[in-house]
Amino acid sequence: MPDASHSFDHLPATPGVGYKPQHFSDLCADAGAVRWLEIHAENYMGDGGRPLAQLRHLAARFPVSVHGVGLSIGGDTPLDPAHLARLKHLTDWLNPASFSEHLAWSTHDGAFLNDLLPLPYTEATLDRVATHIDEVQQHLGRRMLLENPSSYLAFAESTLSETEFLAALVRRTGCGLLLDVNNVFVSATNLGYGPRDYIDAFPLEHVGEIHLGGHDTDADEHGAPLLIDSHGREVADPVWALLEYTLARTGPKPVLIEWDTDVPDWPVLAAEAARAATALQAIVR
Amino acid sequence: MTVSQPQFRAALLDAGRPVPDGLIDGAARPAGKRFDVYRNNVAVSLSEAMRTAFPVITKLLGVQNMDGLAGMFLRAHPPSSPLMMHYGAAFPEFLAALPQLQHLPYLSDIARLELAIRRSYHAADAEAVDPDTLAAIAPDTLMQARIRLAPAVRVLRSDWPLHDIWRFNSTKDAPKPRAVAQDVLITRPGFDPIPEILPPGGAAFVQALASGATPAGAHAAADTDAPGFDPGPVLTLLLQGGAIIHIATKD
Repeated sequence: MPDASHSFDHLPATPGVGYKPQHFSDLCADAGAVRWLEIHAENYMGDGGRPLAQLRHLAARFPVSVHGVGLSIGGDTPLDPAHLARLKHLTDWLNPASFSEHLAWSTHDGAFLNDLLPLPYTEATLDRVATHIDEVQQHLGRRMLLENPSSYLAFAESTLSETEFLAALVRRTGCGLLLDVNNVFVSATNLGYGPRDYIDAFPLEHVGEIHLGGHDTDADEHGAPLLIDSHGREVADPVWALLEYTLARTGPKPVLIEWDTDVPDWPVLAAEAARAATALQAIVR
Repeated sequence: MTVSQPQFRAALLDAGRPVPDGLIDGAARPAGKRFDVYRNNVAVSLSEAMRTAFPVITKLLGVQNMDGLAGMFLRAHPPSSPLMMHYGAAFPEFLAALPQLQHLPYLSDIARLELAIRRSYHAADAEAVDPDTLAAIAPDTLMQARIRLAPAVRVLRSDWPLHDIWRFNSTKDAPKPRAVAQDVLITRPGFDPIPEILPPGGAAFVQALASGATPAGAHAAADTDAPGFDPGPVLTLLLQGGAIIHIATKD
């Protein structure tokens, strides 16, 4: 099997991008401000061929973050042992600088729904998710980061705020957090709270990585704004402002640009990474 | 009021069902249209996955029809794993069983071919035997050797002009399909799978090799299928495609 001959053991506090195969040549020729890459774990679980060959090549040149989108950590049934084994195989040979997953569920009764679905924030959910995170960290033999979701609705049964829920998970499992600043802005707008209040309440000392992405704008049947986390355009200006607000409190962190649908040519993505570099440099001064 | 994941899932996959009670907006009103964001994410992402996986079927049916079929397929066969590279394995049988597509009986075979190409793309790597090594083996010795084929090799049999239809709908300026049955061999000399037409008997020959027969044994199997079968051209296709990864001769 492939072997990452020299591994990078942590993500640098610099810009990274979500890797797309169509950018392979451009990225190898001139990475611009991009210093590390993130991959979706599930796209690199085949037996061979171009995806793994590209990943081996890139992992020798960049720190790589493995970002899972299919573990269904919030699922109300046991984690899929076959998928855990695939994740372990990938993280063992690649030895990535980071592994992260989502506070969400996506699989039920053997059916994978290909979306990050929401959870009620209750003590029962907390117990279940904490157990699953323990299991993942034990199985992979590494600490994981858990990402805050983008929300379009809430559960009447919730008894904890999202930040209380995440802080409790960190205390119970020792996991770190992946703070998606666009998700904060999307959820805050959709559910009518202040994005900066959310950042103020977030356990920022446990943030190992920050995500940024573009969102679409819609409205619900009451005319209230409904932002959709589409990852299909540039990061919106208020999200850049929220990043600056966050970085001023966390200090420099690895900052990732996610662009997953209507993927642009490399220069457009590289320009977003350069803007993240500027935001990171501004706090160092 | 609690909302279970089975309730959430049932409403997610069936837009005719009401949004579960207990899902609310920021002002504690029923979630209403907000739930549709999740419905839409699931339907759109899986339709896109199907279009990516089956580009020729999409071209033959049109995007709108394909999206409609993808929606029906999703409800009948939701993905069984988070690996989207495997999604759609049941699509050929699904197409074959649809009464409204009985006038396009070759669709199912085209879907099998597109599925096989994708599996070949993700198959394990293997180093091909050097053509010079093969050329140095005496013909009689070769016919008694054991040959191992690359994991990326696939063989499909069809009663339709499978390769012609696929090529006509995926390659610019390709000739129109001829009215002949075509079996197809897929090899992957580099990272891109290449489908080629197999002569009559060729599918039996390669399938016999794949299950461990010697070239002599495979020749006999192919000869039953197509009397007078010549293994030469098929061995050449395999060799050009980097499909032979090991030869064990008896001496």
